[in-house]
Amino acid sequence: MKTLWLQKFIKCSAVGFGLAVAAAAGAADITGAGATFPYPLYSKWAEAYKAKTGVGMNYQSIGSGGGIKQITAKTVDFGASDAPLTIENLEKEGLVQFPMVMGGVVPVYKLEGIKPGEIRLTGPLLADIYLGKITKWNAPAIAALNKGVKLPDQDITVVARSDGSGTTFIFTNYLSKVSAEWKEKAGNNTSVKWPAGVSGKGNEGVAAYVQRLSGSIGYVEYAYALQNKMSYALLQNKDGNFVAPDDKTFRAAAANADWGKAPGFNLMLTEQSGKDSWPLTGATFILMHKKQDKPESGSIALKFFNWAYESGDKLALDLDYVPMPDVVVKLVQAEWKKIQDGSGKAIAY
Amino acid sequence: MDAFFKNLTRFFAFFVFSILAAILISLLYHSQLTLAKFGFGFLFVDEWDPVKEEFGALVPIYGTLVSSAIAMIIAVPVSFGIALFLTELSPNWLKRPLGTAIEMLAAIPSIIYGMWGLFVFAPLFAEHVQPLLIQVFGPLPIFGPLFKGPAMGIGMLTAGIILAVMVIPFITAVMRDVFELVPAMFKESAYGLGATTWEVVWHIVLPYTKSGVVGGIMLGLGRALGETMAVTFVIGNSHRLSASLLAPGNSIASSLANEFTEAVGELHSSALIELGLILFLITTIVLALSKLLLMRLTLNEGKQS
Repeated sequence: MKTLWLQKFIKCSAVGFGLAVAAAAGAADITGAGATFPYPLYSKWAEAYKAKTGVGMNYQSIGSGGGIKQITAKTVDFGASDAPLTIENLEKEGLVQFPMVMGGVVPVYKLEGIKPGEIRLTGPLLADIYLGKITKWNAPAIAALNKGVKLPDQDITVVARSDGSGTTFIFTNYLSKVSAEWKEKAGNNTSVKWPAGVSGKGNEGVAAYVQRLSGSIGYVEYAYALQNKMSYALLQNKDGNFVAPDDKTFRAAAANADWGKAPGFNLMLTEQSGKDSWPLTGATFILMHKKQDKPESGSIALKFFNWAYESGDKLALDLDYVPMPDVVVKLVQAEWKKIQDGSGKAIAY
Repeated sequence: MDAFFKNLTRFFAFFVFSILAAILISLLYHSQLTLAKFGFGFLFVDEWDPVKEEFGALVPIYGTLVSSAIAMIIAVPVSFGIALFLTELSPNWLKRPLGTAIEMLAAIPSIIYGMWGLFVFAPLFAEHVQPLLIQVFGPLPIFGPLFKGPAMGIGMLTAGIILAVMVIPFITAVMRDVFELVPAMFKESAYGLGATTWEVVWHIVLPYTKSGVVGGIMLGLGRALGETMAVTFVIGNSHRLSASLLAPGNSIASSLANEFTEAVGELHSSALIELGLILFLITTIVLALSKLLLMRLTLNEGKQS
């Protein structure tokens, strides 16, 4: 008697809940979930796109891991991830991946009497600092690169990100490329076992430590460093030039990358060749299913992304993101041919 | 109608129970990868390396217990004092505003405490208090190792202090409410016999209200164990075991908050969910212990009379 009653109640509430969800989702909105890094831009784009076409986009910034889980479970139209999936994983889940927008990671420091951009660093040096092997600002290795800068006899406090993040993924990817010891001891992930220093939560946490602790070094998203006027360091790129982080050097990295050799766009933009390339550049990625169960919603999503590539550049630059160069957009549009409906016809956008 | 109402309330009661069971089952289910791979060793390993996929829960468990312990050491006496002042000593006109102020503290969202802790409290603490602690306690034999290291303002001790501020209003509110339940006649009789305020509190008020007081403390402890955002901001988030209370550490809840969103590897998310399971078990144990304590208290009461 009791159990029967219980079952009935559960059924009723389930139906009610389902109706409520269906009503809230609306008819033609695009749904997406994933990375937090591009969230401000995606919501800005969604707003502008809604004003223009009436089609809204509902993006949940739940993190890359969540985005991958949701797109695999087909609960959203697209997923978003800061770290690209390998071609094997893409094939296994039947997904297509493409880079949407770029950002960069910037090493920042706090040293009394030293202006932004005055410190020059190389990749291996940065790795040694984060490994805890170089502990003084006036260490010979740093002094040799920075002749003419009065480096203080001060301890280096290393600051890292404590929360799992795309920023950390890009940063540790770079360190793994330039330092074998880093690759072996810490490696490349959204969070790693930091050999030295303290960790703050989010860009704001890292920035708070760096701005407070004299002699500290940290890494934050480019947009965050810019908006908070933090002192950034110049980095030596693969071609041997010291470059400053800005949208031109980020674009150079993307344009110089050999996308043709990276099936599924599984490519990190760190340490790319080219005389102007910023070595700590990264893209954030969109994931969609190859075979669309609902071709209409797939088509609506692709239309949105196409609009974002064509007309979204200004909004991106306003928020200090860097749009993908045209050569890459062409490659992405070619990749979109793989997104098909049930009969194997490419979905129009 | 009566039957319907009875069934409805019964359903609600069982519903809570089934939710609890569902949470436990899903935690177990989603952590089976690490449960199978690391077994009981998970509890005693201080390694946490998402790249090499080696996980152990010792550092976050230690951080959770120690930061909560620091919080309770500070919060219990302070709350006791506040509640006592409010019920026994405060002039009437002050009771209302003070009581409201304490309750307002409880309404502040925990992220505000975290940000205040990081941007306001930690710098002050690093400049003025921590150097003193290092100087005074550092050289001592047993306490020394607890107060070593650079004064960064963040770490286990800071987290404990922020937690204390957060749980004080909860413990105070409960204590004040139960203190007010003590019949005036008891207290007046004691005063009439010539007892001092302290004696009245110690011999009349506390024995009469001890189960309520223990309940309030446990409520505070429960909150301290599970607190996430405020701790994440100030604990330093480092997966390294350190004897010093000034060194950065990590708690279970803040590990989850930090890493769950971007945990892509299956083993990594499984390890995090197992951390959640451990926290669940720790709070259950704390709750069970408090019930046990209460039962023993009542038992002794029976013997005395």
